Amino acid sequence: MSHESTYVPGTAIERWLDRRLPIIRLGYDSFGDFPTPKNLNYWYTFGGILTVCLMIQIVTGIILTMHYTPHVDYAFASVEHIMRDVNYGHIMRYAHANGASMFFIAVYLHMFRGLYYGSYKEPREVLWIIGVIIFVLMMATAFMGYVLPWGQMSFWGATVITSLFSAVPLIGDSLTTLLWGGYSVDNPTLNRFFALHYLLPFLIAGAVILHIWALHVPGNANPTGVEVKSSKDTVPFHPYYTVKDGFAIIVFLIMFAVFLFFMPNALGHPDNYIPANPLVTPEHIVPEWYFLPFYAMLRAITFDVFFISSKLGGVIVMFASILLLLFLPWLDRSKVRSHRYRPIARGFFFLFVADCLFLGWLGAQVAEQPYILLSQLATAYYFAYFLVILPLLAVLETPKELPKSISDDVLSRSQKKQARASSPTPVAQPAE
Amino acid sequence: MSKIIIALIVACAMSSGVALAAGGKTKPVEHYHWSFSGINGKYDKEALQRGFQVYREVCAACHSIDFIAFRHLGDKGGPFYLEECPEGAPDTLNCSNPNDNPLVKALAAEYEVEDGPDDSGDMFMRTGLPSDTIPGPYANEQQAAAANGGAIPPDLSLITKARKYGPDYLHSLLKGYTDPPETVELDPGTYYNPYYKGDMATLLKPVYVDDEGKPLEGVDVPYGGVLKMKAPLVDGIVDYIDDSVPETVEQYSKDVTTFLTWTAEPKMEARKTMGKISLLYLLIMAVIVYLSYKQIWSRIDH
Repeated sequence: MSHESTYVPGTAIERWLDRRLPIIRLGYDSFGDFPTPKNLNYWYTFGGILTVCLMIQIVTGIILTMHYTPHVDYAFASVEHIMRDVNYGHIMRYAHANGASMFFIAVYLHMFRGLYYGSYKEPREVLWIIGVIIFVLMMATAFMGYVLPWGQMSFWGATVITSLFSAVPLIGDSLTTLLWGGYSVDNPTLNRFFALHYLLPFLIAGAVILHIWALHVPGNANPTGVEVKSSKDTVPFHPYYTVKDGFAIIVFLIMFAVFLFFMPNALGHPDNYIPANPLVTPEHIVPEWYFLPFYAMLRAITFDVFFISSKLGGVIVMFASILLLLFLPWLDRSKVRSHRYRPIARGFFFLFVADCLFLGWLGAQVAEQPYILLSQLATAYYFAYFLVILPLLAVLETPKELPKSISDDVLSRSQKKQARASSPTPVAQPAE
Repeated sequence: MSKIIIALIVACAMSSGVALAAGGKTKPVEHYHWSFSGINGKYDKEALQRGFQVYREVCAACHSIDFIAFRHLGDKGGPFYLEECPEGAPDTLNCSNPNDNPLVKALAAEYEVEDGPDDSGDMFMRTGLPSDTIPGPYANEQQAAAANGGAIPPDLSLITKARKYGPDYLHSLLKGYTDPPETVELDPGTYYNPYYKGDMATLLKPVYVDDEGKPLEGVDVPYGGVLKMKAPLVDGIVDYIDDSVPETVEQYSKDVTTFLTWTAEPKMEARKTMGKISLLYLLIMAVIVYLSYKQIWSRIDH
């Protein structure tokens, strides 16, 4: 860890352990005394929320595994067995299914926060890249998890998405056969998806440890984007952020509980309560809501470009839209991290958020005009934001003046607040 | 070969939702206020019992409810749950246990189920037990299809969760059968329902379509579709024990919808109760932690 350890073993046992495996020291330095900027707002609580999400998914998932049967003839029935006969099985399953959605809500907000405050910039590139890898692992895990109940959407979603790999030149067909374990989505597919769905969360947990490590070397970024300059800028993680994160986690859990207990099927698709039937295709095959923006980009490519077929083009665009994020630290070269001080970039950022939501909506529509054209425009903006707008703004934009330090900024803000509260008549303020 | 099929399916699904979604419109379902909707929703126990009766006397002729065992009917929240044993039962009996519930036992005993193989390797029929799943009408899908003009009657255990606005849809469908509009011609053995998905444009009489089979200008394509199930409910078809309950299609449909919502979501009441307790707990925690947060952060300038 980057800061001097201040841990003093208090008892003989701690001293004994500290000389052999300083694990208490590690915990204390990382989550006890860790100096954290004192101006982190609620957008910075999603890291803690995501940790809770991962733990909920792993615990409920392992319990579900004890009762689930990964076989095409029994999978659907075993899920119903969990829902009807296992003690609290219905809660476990709904928590796991809705937990996936909650996980994605939190991760998207976490990522938008990173984009807005420029958290990916030097010296936090590796932190950001590990985050993108976690996101990719999450998507793979969620996709395979959705296949396990072996309902109609499970089966047909799996068929559509795995078939995409056949667009890869030369090895496409072999790759698809490998994914399927045969020549169509069938029992071998279900078995390997189950195995991988159990494996990947532990890879995610490992990557999360690296993510936290890569966070604790340079320390937290913060809403001003100005690095920590002195100890006046920071507070120890505990109790200041344990209590703030704790409050945010509870508020998040309240939203989770509303879905879990009162509308557990609102985010799912009714067709997944029909057992998988390879002979009947559902009217619309739609992925889970959290994949819709990427699905819209996949379907937006309806034209061939030279030797690249529209199918391959769609696959390339979809994967590129995620992998592009890996290069973000080098695409946005602006010295100023936080969009608070980037008036022009800020506008484009909010347009980008709207664009992502719009793509999500488009992903749920049928593939016909005008949705195709709109998807193409929205996809174009998605890529332009990273490849054109951010690189250009780094050169063209004149950022606002940055505060001298975090504590300066905090002080001037609280003074402003007090002035506003004490003055009886509103004083005309210069525009921010 | 399979690759070509898959490629076609994917092409259809991705590039032309049009081709698959070519079907006509269905009439929007009517929304009802059910006893089980809302955060305090509970199943009306008498409606569950009547609904089971309707299922058993009407629907069960063609539709199974494979995920339901007799014992489920005696679970807490189920149609035949007993908190206490009826008068005269032995003291040692715990009737809240569905396996000892006399109503459930008697009901199961009215059915014959196949068991085996026995010691000589033969399958045999025996009287039903609470642990048996409720036997369906057909031995297998082929038999079901053969008996219903090629259409397999879907299992109803999950039907209200497997359709959008499930309970509203089911109720609308069951009482929604009407005579087909003048403009269409139905095949024999098919029945019109404005809430069923389908494409009525293909059934328009020849005088209403042009050479390419498209509807002529000014001809409205009716809502809905056709199904091979004729209107299953008619007034008076089921004889309710309670004379004060009307024996109408409307009432039958409501009751059986309540029953089939319970079969799809038997733990709903327990879940909602748990939800209210959890929310209360979380709200109290939120207040305590928020106050701690205020107190702790008041120590520093921020």
